[in-house]
Amino acid sequence: MERKTKINAEEGRQDLVITREFELPVDLLFRAYTEAEIVEQWMGTKVLKLENRNHGGFHFETTDPMGNKHNFSGTIHHFVADQKITRTFEIINAPFDVQLEFLEFEGLGDESSKLTMHVIYRSNALRDQMLKMPFAQGINMAHNRLEQILKKNLK
Amino acid sequence: MELRRDVFQAIADPTRRAIIALVAVHAMTPSAIAEKFDSSRQTISKHIQILTECELLRQEQSGREIHYHFNAKKMKEIADFIEPFRDMWDDRFNKLESIMKKYKTKK
Repeated sequence: MERKTKINAEEGRQDLVITREFELPVDLLFRAYTEAEIVEQWMGTKVLKLENRNHGGFHFETTDPMGNKHNFSGTIHHFVADQKITRTFEIINAPFDVQLEFLEFEGLGDESSKLTMHVIYRSNALRDQMLKMPFAQGINMAHNRLEQILKKNLK
Repeated sequence: MELRRDVFQAIADPTRRAIIALVAVHAMTPSAIAEKFDSSRQTISKHIQILTECELLRQEQSGREIHYHFNAKKMKEIADFIEPFRDMWDDRFNKLESIMKKYKTKK
């Protein structure tokens, strides 16, 4: 299946842009970011706080399959309904610095919309580290399975 | 892009990853590889063929024998790490889209 999400991460920079078009009117797309009950569903997280306004903030808590809790929080700097959210995002108790996110919501006719997410990290090294995380997790899982297979299959 | 997807498919298979792990240690003949597994020689040879096609392994003739070498350069290319990051976001956004479509019909 074709992936609708595009990532633009230029070599050597400390930011990246995520874009995605949705078959949804822009107000519905925006609601997915502002109603706690909906955020909980698609982000797979518990919403402890979500204040959608200028100088507001958010706090999410996610429980992984091992039962460990992970906390995410940030400050909402700028909030314009159906158009824009500017916020910071931080993983609490992780060795990553806070990141700055510009979320722009754009209607494309009545039935579709586009989200542009511009994320700025403290350094290029940190950006690359965040980009690599899902890849590294995949490799670790593959590696664990590989060990099991080798134990089973090697004579 | 097409090729890269194939490479990811190639390493998605546990037996093929086990073959890569073996050959990465030292070059091996197809029969030496097959001996390490319980599966049939044909099965292993099919796996080797797939790995060779996407350039994770490369053949080298030495005398009458063929040895398979691990192509580290290709593996590094796979380490082009953006793809899993994109998949993570894409899965998330697909979920968002299908949830909101339900809200749309409720309206």
